[in-house]
Order: sequence, then structure tokens, then C-alpha cells
Amino acid sequence: MSTDAFVAPPTVEVRVPPRSWRSEVRAVKIVWRRELIRFQKDRMRIVTSLVQPLLFLFVLGSGLQQLSAASTDGVDLKTFIYPGVLCISVMFTGMFSAASIVWDREFGFLREMMVAPVRRSSIVVGKVFGGATVASLQGLILLALAWAVDVPYSLGLVLGVFALQLLLAFSITAFGVMIAARITQIQSFMGVMQMIVTPMFFISGALFPSGDLPGWLAVLNRLDPITYAVTPMRTLVFANLDLSAEASQTLNPPITWFGWEVPIALQVFMIFALGMAMLGIAIAEFNAGD
Amino acid sequence: MEAIKVRELRKSFGDFEAVKGVSFEVGTGEVFGFLGPNGAGKTTTINMLCTLTKPTSGHAEVAGFDIVTARDDVRRHIGLVFQDQTLDGYLSAEQNLRLHAELYGVESKVVKPRMEQVLRMVGLWERREAQVMTFSGGMRRRLEIARGLMHSPRVLFLDEPTIGLDPQTRASIWSYIRQLQEQEEITIFMTTHYMDEAEFCGRIAIMDGGEIVALESPERLKEAVGADRIRIETADDERAIAELGERFDLEATVSEGAVSFAVADGEEFVPRLFAELEVPIKAVNLSRPTLDDVFMSHTGSTIRDAEESSAKNRNRAVMKAMGGRR
Repeated sequence: MSTDAFVAPPTVEVRVPPRSWRSEVRAVKIVWRRELIRFQKDRMRIVTSLVQPLLFLFVLGSGLQQLSAASTDGVDLKTFIYPGVLCISVMFTGMFSAASIVWDREFGFLREMMVAPVRRSSIVVGKVFGGATVASLQGLILLALAWAVDVPYSLGLVLGVFALQLLLAFSITAFGVMIAARITQIQSFMGVMQMIVTPMFFISGALFPSGDLPGWLAVLNRLDPITYAVTPMRTLVFANLDLSAEASQTLNPPITWFGWEVPIALQVFMIFALGMAMLGIAIAEFNAGD
Repeated sequence: MEAIKVRELRKSFGDFEAVKGVSFEVGTGEVFGFLGPNGAGKTTTINMLCTLTKPTSGHAEVAGFDIVTARDDVRRHIGLVFQDQTLDGYLSAEQNLRLHAELYGVESKVVKPRMEQVLRMVGLWERREAQVMTFSGGMRRRLEIARGLMHSPRVLFLDEPTIGLDPQTRASIWSYIRQLQEQEEITIFMTTHYMDEAEFCGRIAIMDGGEIVALESPERLKEAVGADRIRIETADDERAIAELGERFDLEATVSEGAVSFAVADGEEFVPRLFAELEVPIKAVNLSRPTLDDVFMSHTGSTIRDAEESSAKNRNRAVMKAMGGRR
């Protein structure tokens, strides 16, 4: 076979389109879409990631109700825990979404994305947005359970909860992707994530009011970023309930820093800012890799 | 125009010099093969040309773009098929190709026809909607080749494209490569350590120990070896080698369990061999030069021996690293 023998007529023309910001947008979009397609195909994951929030909500909620009936001013414990559970479901799904980057690396697919002629940041952004979307879709399933815990529906509730879930999911996924840039083994990754996310969840006050906590816990609670996602979520859900002022004060006390009441808007902004910062670190880390 | 130009390309990993300054050129439309045992530096070289690894020093251009300063331009003009598979098993064949087309910015109106073309070529058009995790190893490799072609690259890099595949699939992959060479304006750069496959290449670079030891067409390489090769199995190889040296002034070596040496005219020599050699001969094999002989004449060992010894060296290095016990 000699190299000059091919003067065959129908040579296919080589088409290489020029490079522009559009190619970056396309890259973000397709990476995002891939997360959705995979989520859709993975029914098992949808079911299994519902188990934990449902346990908290119905088993822990119903079980502890007997002890706490006196101190919740007539509010069902399930109703009280509900906003926390809306947060936890998003947190754990977001974590799994981030883990998919570790899987992708293990199965080689990350390489296919990393060698593409687009910015690494586009890949990371697509991945984080994809993970956030998937996690908040999962959150919608839990939102459908509001009737079971006596929370009446309203357009404001649905949109507000979805927006908050999207924001929290974005930050958690960005956090996970940032970790995934460094930890390349799935076992270690899940271990590290559990070790960080579980305490953050417990300390955040998702399962208890953050008012009269012992000093050490109050400090940890104020340092825990998740606190600033749980409080707005609870405020939003409670706004839909007909609660007495006392009940509202006991169950959803405002977060204070040395006596200063932190506005809800600032809390929401903190979650967003943290998410953006971690996304930035994640991009820098993936850019630095070979 | 040259599709690939390489000048004194080097890569070191710490003290270990994996690629020791290679230089070569590949013409547009050529099928160029890199041949050598595992650990010869083939994959490192290909990784540098694909912009996956930065060279320690030297210079290279692929499709007219510098591999260090114009990384993204290089990437847009090359297709890659890796040794390890990089498909998403959860997606269908079609979805994998579409994802690739989006990442490489293929014009939307071209995506569908191009997809059909490449999938038909590798015989997977009927299976386009099936999840990739249901595919066999051969089907996956074919899909990866199709994917590597999705964005109509100028240069297609294939790193051991047929490794671990059955002979039938290997043959069909070679037929795609030939078909491609006829139909598209494409240059193919591949590595292999199968001698028989290297024959399909227009030119071959033989790599050993991080250096290119020969670079020619397979025919010319074989001509250069010239002599016929005789392999004999004997009762006592060492004595046979000694005798061959004394009586016939021949230099013989042991490889793959047989004594082997080259003579100008094998057919005439074999009867003399039987008459004059005192060591009993169990079997004799006379062959015209093959690429294996070419490899041997340039490196002093067969490709299989080279691989075994490099594996041994690796094991030794691992032992050493683990504390040098035993």
C-alpha cells in the first residue's frame, strides 16, 4: 500500500468551524444535558436518594413527636423538620452529582471531555449546573409531599422552595466538584464528602431550632454555611403556615451574630457567594491539571 | 504540506527519559505507524502530539499548529482514539457521538449526516440507539473510531487501536482505516506492537528505548535486512551458537527459545547445516525477512523478548520501590 496511490475522487472536505464564545456555550449545554439524560436513565438513583429524607421526615418526625408535643406550640414535628429535609435531600443529591466527575475519571470519560477544544471552565460549569438541576429536580419530588406534613401549597412556596433548592444544590455541587478535582478515588471521595457534609447538616439546625443552643453548638451553628440555607428555607415554609408569634419565635428564631439579626437576603447571598467562590476554585484546579 | 513535523522532541519523567529527542515528518494522507514494545515511548510521543502531555523540550507541529502554543487549534484538527476506552456507557451510541460533536463545535446541520456516515462505516448504524454498556469490546472500539472522525479531523491518532481485539474485528478496523484513507483528506498516525499490522502502514518508525531506530516503508525496511533468517531448535543452544561461530563464522542469538541467525542464501545453507553441525537439531525454520527481523536487526531482540525484559525491569523497579527485600 503506497501513500501516493490515493488520488480517489470523492475526498470529503474537512470542516473546522471557527472558534467563538458560542462553542463554549454549546459545551456547557451539552455537559449539562448529559447530566439530565443520565439522571433520567438512572431510576434507581432517584429512588435510593429519596430514602434518607423520607426516613428523617416520617420516622424521626413521627417518632420524636411524642416527646416534643409540649414544646412545639402545637406544631407537628414533621412540619417543623420539613424545611430541613428539603435541604438535606438537595445536599445529598448534589453530593452524588459531584461524585459523577470522579466516576467519569475512573471510566475514562473525563478524558474525552478534557481533551475537547473548549475551555475546561465550560466543562466544570456545565457539570455544576447539571448537578444542581438534577438535585433540585429531586427536591421537587419532596416538595410534592408538602400536603403530608400539613403545609398548604401556594405559587410563592413552590417557586421559592425551588429557587432555594437550586441555589443550595449549586453550592453543594460546586463544593463537591472542587473536592473531586483533588480526590480521584471514588471511595475516598464519598468518605470525605460524608465526613464533611453529614456534620454540616446536623449542626445546621435542620432538625432543631437554632435559638437556645449551648454556647459551643451555637458557635458551630453560626459557622456552618448550611445554617444560612436552612433558615431561609424554614422562614419561607413557615410564611405559608398560620403560626402564632410565640411558635414562630421558638421554632424559627432569627439567626444572630453577636446580637445582630442577620437578614434573610444576606443569608441567601452568602450561599450564592460561597457557591461562586468554590466554583472558581474548582475551575482553577481543573485548569491546573495536565 | 506536512501533517506532522517533529523536531528533537523530548520528554522526561524525573530522572527517566521516556522520549530521547525524536525527529520525523509525516506527509498529508499518509498512514504512519509507530512500532515498538510496550515502554518504548510510543504512547508518550503520541500524548505530546495530541497536546495531552507537555514536552520537556523540542518542537512539534500538527496540522500546521504548534502543539504547545496553539493547543486548542491542534485539538480541533485531530481525532483521538485512546488505548483505554472513554465512552459514556449510560448514553446510547448516538448520544455519545452527538456529545462529541457539540464539544468540538461541529456545525449543527452537519451533525446528522456525518453521524450516519461514520456509524455506517463502522457497522453500528443499526445499533445507534442502544446503550453503549451493552456493547462488546470490539463494538466499543469501532464506536470510538467513529467518534474520533465525527468532527472531520485532519489527523487521526490511534493508540493501539486493535489491542485486545479478536482477529476478525482487527481486520475490519483495518478495512475502515484503508477506506478512510481513500475517501477523506486525512492523515493517520498509529502505534502498534503487532508486527503484522505494521505492514499496512505506508511508513514505519521503529521505536526502542525512547529513540527512533529506523524509519522507512515496510518493504524498504525488509530489503535492508536482506538476508534470510534461520531458526533452529537444538538440544544444546549454547554449544550450537559456539559451533556456528567456529565453523561458519556466523553470529547467532537465542530468542523465543530458538537459536536464530541470518545467512545470505538460506536454501543452500540448510543442507550444510545438517551435515556439519554436531549438536543434534530438533527443528529448523527458514524464513524470508519479516518486520520482526527488521526489528531484531535494529534492536537486537524480538519484540516479544523486548517486552518481557522491559516487564522484568519494571517488576524489578517496583520491588526496589517497595523496599528492596528479597
